[in-house]
Amino acid sequence: MSEPLLQVDGLKKLYPLGGEAVLHAVAGVDFAIDRAETIGLVGESGCGKSTLVRLVTRLIDPSAGSIRFDGVEIGDRPARRFGKAPERAQIQMVFQDATDSLNPRYTAFHAIADPLRRLKAMSGSALRARVEEVARLTGLPPELLPRFPHQLSGGQKARVGIARAIAVEPRLLVLDEPTSALDVSVQVVILQLLQDLKERLGLSYLFVSHDLNVVRLLCDRILVMYLGRIVESGPAEEVFNAPRHPYTRALLSAVPTPGTTSRDRRIPLPGEPRSPINPDPKICSLYGRCYRSAERCTEVMPALDEIAPGRRVACHFPVLDLDEAVAEPVLVSQA
Amino acid sequence: MSIDRQSVPLLAIEDLSVEFRTRSGLVRALDRVGFTLKRGETLALVGESGSGKSVTAMAIMGILDDAAHATNGRITFGGLDMLAASPRVLDEIRGREVAMIFQNPRAALNPIRPIGKQIADILLRHGNVTAAQAPDRAIEMLSSVRIPDPKRRANSYPFELSGGMCQRVMIAMALACEPALLIADEPTTGLDITTQATIMDLIAELAAVHSMATLLITHDLGLASEYCDRIAVMHAGQIVETAPTASLFASPRHPYTAKLIAATPGEVPHLADLASIPGGLPDLRRADLPACRYSARCERMEDDCMLPPVPRLVLADGAEVVCRHPR
Repeated sequence: MSEPLLQVDGLKKLYPLGGEAVLHAVAGVDFAIDRAETIGLVGESGCGKSTLVRLVTRLIDPSAGSIRFDGVEIGDRPARRFGKAPERAQIQMVFQDATDSLNPRYTAFHAIADPLRRLKAMSGSALRARVEEVARLTGLPPELLPRFPHQLSGGQKARVGIARAIAVEPRLLVLDEPTSALDVSVQVVILQLLQDLKERLGLSYLFVSHDLNVVRLLCDRILVMYLGRIVESGPAEEVFNAPRHPYTRALLSAVPTPGTTSRDRRIPLPGEPRSPINPDPKICSLYGRCYRSAERCTEVMPALDEIAPGRRVACHFPVLDLDEAVAEPVLVSQA
Repeated sequence: MSIDRQSVPLLAIEDLSVEFRTRSGLVRALDRVGFTLKRGETLALVGESGSGKSVTAMAIMGILDDAAHATNGRITFGGLDMLAASPRVLDEIRGREVAMIFQNPRAALNPIRPIGKQIADILLRHGNVTAAQAPDRAIEMLSSVRIPDPKRRANSYPFELSGGMCQRVMIAMALACEPALLIADEPTTGLDITTQATIMDLIAELAAVHSMATLLITHDLGLASEYCDRIAVMHAGQIVETAPTASLFASPRHPYTAKLIAATPGEVPHLADLASIPGGLPDLRRADLPACRYSARCERMEDDCMLPPVPRLVLADGAEVVCRHPR
């Protein structure tokens, strides 16, 4: 069996806050992305997904663990030198808000040409030809290339952001909420463009989003993150239809879907997440908010175990019956 | 104040047109917008950016920019003509009878005043409480929006609270004087999905308890569908369709409503099943705007769509559609 395109093992990012306090932003994460696969990363603000993305794209250095890209360890190379590494072109990123991530003083042409100059040493007519080629690929009319970001619509700016990322022929594209700033009519077009590019260019995607309806449509597999850990992973369809982790269940039950009412099937998730500062390594991170909390949850942190081929859940009491009654969480002991 | 809370409907907007004078010309932001809202009812105003949702809300609150000017129509709230009301009367109504919560709660709160004091300010201004009672009432309000440890939290500054907590504070402030109408402009945009559910459930619950009418402004059809009795769809400053929620999804009559539903990710199994909406919003500065501002994007467009007036059809289920060729 060939190695996956990206293999992440035991990845951690800890931020010392002075004294004894250490913030566990990413608290030990393992996952892999295959070639031509789209992985969705979902989780709420503060769960560590942005930190994880920045680790994988090598913008920051991990505290522990390994990141292997195409069989080569890249986690041990300092982030400040990664810009010169050959893998820089192979792992590219599309940022959340195209307005904020494009240089206002660069034209669309300049924005797309910049990574080609830096990473592929292209210039002159070859550079112009490549910029026009990716503009065509991303559906950006060539007459818009001389324009500045403020002269482009939201959808056009999103296309520039994508064109810039795929210009250097990456193999892994990390997309951080690429459509969250767009209206639904434009979002559809951009999502379909991403799907089309992935098939044509054989790209792998790590797709970060809070919109679970979008993740379901675009992703092959999903990773659900909570407080620095992956709590559930598996094929998108299976996770959506039969969530096993109580957190995934609560998250899915909160998704508003047009034409339906989900309020009566809502799973409560009271309170706020536990502090990520010096967390007790024995207590499950969801303990206190989880309706299935029991004594064992305060004694052993559940590991991300395989419960079926390709399905992993970090819970002592995974949900097997989706119709089971849900009670308000009861604290077994004050943690 | 001369507000009649029993008047039916509580809020009525008729043929409201608003224009903005700008350096690049007159922007016709709202064109003959109309809807009504009864006590205890929840209406969603949905549409894409630039469709005029927030301008409508600001017109109701009387907080439009100085460059804006209502050129036509009426806003009647509890029998009172809001466009003709004096600033003093409006000051009395805002905060007491009509309250508004905004999209970015941290920006809408005073950053250098503890949240308990900010709620007490509203109560002292509008709420018939004495200076001695106000702090305790503020703590009660924080507890009613389920802020844990409200006594301690009352002394917190906005920057010490999460986005969801700040939005709860905004709701507590808005509901402090038990308004008859709550205008919620994208109240959960930028919040997590579970926080969104908690906040929306809270608004729905408080609305039910106090028979408060709610105008929910959102770009999210899913959210509108979940929480609202009726939905009004806006496009380029016009309301194109208003219908009971179930009927809007089951049988959208206006072509734009149908397209908007088809573009929203929800129950569809594949990405290819979603359809985009061709074209964009027309330039609202154009003097020759067609009578139906959707006509240039519409597959059912015919020559008569350009000419006023576009007929408003009222259907048996109470739905209203503004279109010459509805489904």
